[in-house]
Amino acid sequence: MSLIAFAMWVLVIASFLCLYRIGKGPTPPDRIVSIDILGTLIVGFCAVLALATGQDFYINVAIAWALLSFIGTLALAKYLEGRAFHE
Amino acid sequence: MSESISDVMMVVGLLFDLMGTIGLVRLPDVYNRLQAATKCVTLGTCLILVGLLVRNGFDALGVKALLCALFVLLTSPVGAHAIARGAHISGVLLWEKSVCDAYLADRTKERSGEADAQTKNA
Repeated sequence: MSLIAFAMWVLVIASFLCLYRIGKGPTPPDRIVSIDILGTLIVGFCAVLALATGQDFYINVAIAWALLSFIGTLALAKYLEGRAFHE
Repeated sequence: MSESISDVMMVVGLLFDLMGTIGLVRLPDVYNRLQAATKCVTLGTCLILVGLLVRNGFDALGVKALLCALFVLLTSPVGAHAIARGAHISGVLLWEKSVCDAYLADRTKERSGEADAQTKNA
């Protein structure tokens, strides 16, 4: 099995484990953690795609995805605290 | 030479990713899951990106991969800390076999300090 195929299989299995935790719960923070981890896994996916195709715009997608995932995680964490952003 | 180093780094990173998500499924409460998953998956993704840098050298793709690795390394612990704080404040309980909750003690101390300050002002 080539490295690309191995990497894809491992990342797909890891993503499905994350999706299992998103579905099962049981509390909202569990789901938020899983969404955060899924975002980081997708950055890994983009790196593997950049290696597979040799095109460097996949890395730009990875940088943008990491940034947006971070902002989303912070917003969801503040929502969990039940406060406004200026506090 | 650099290709085999990069292969080893990527395989180790992928295994870290897999272990982190297995921890996410298997561990008993939010805080355990958070620390297993965040640390393993952050390190795993950084290793994949640094493996890309080692394979390509410092061209456009490699430098952007290094930038992305640094960004993930900086932001992922911040996000995890924010989630843990939010979970604790929103009242998610620890696993019943947990032995110590230092943040709860700190928060009650802080709250009593605020109460003292308010009584002094009054």
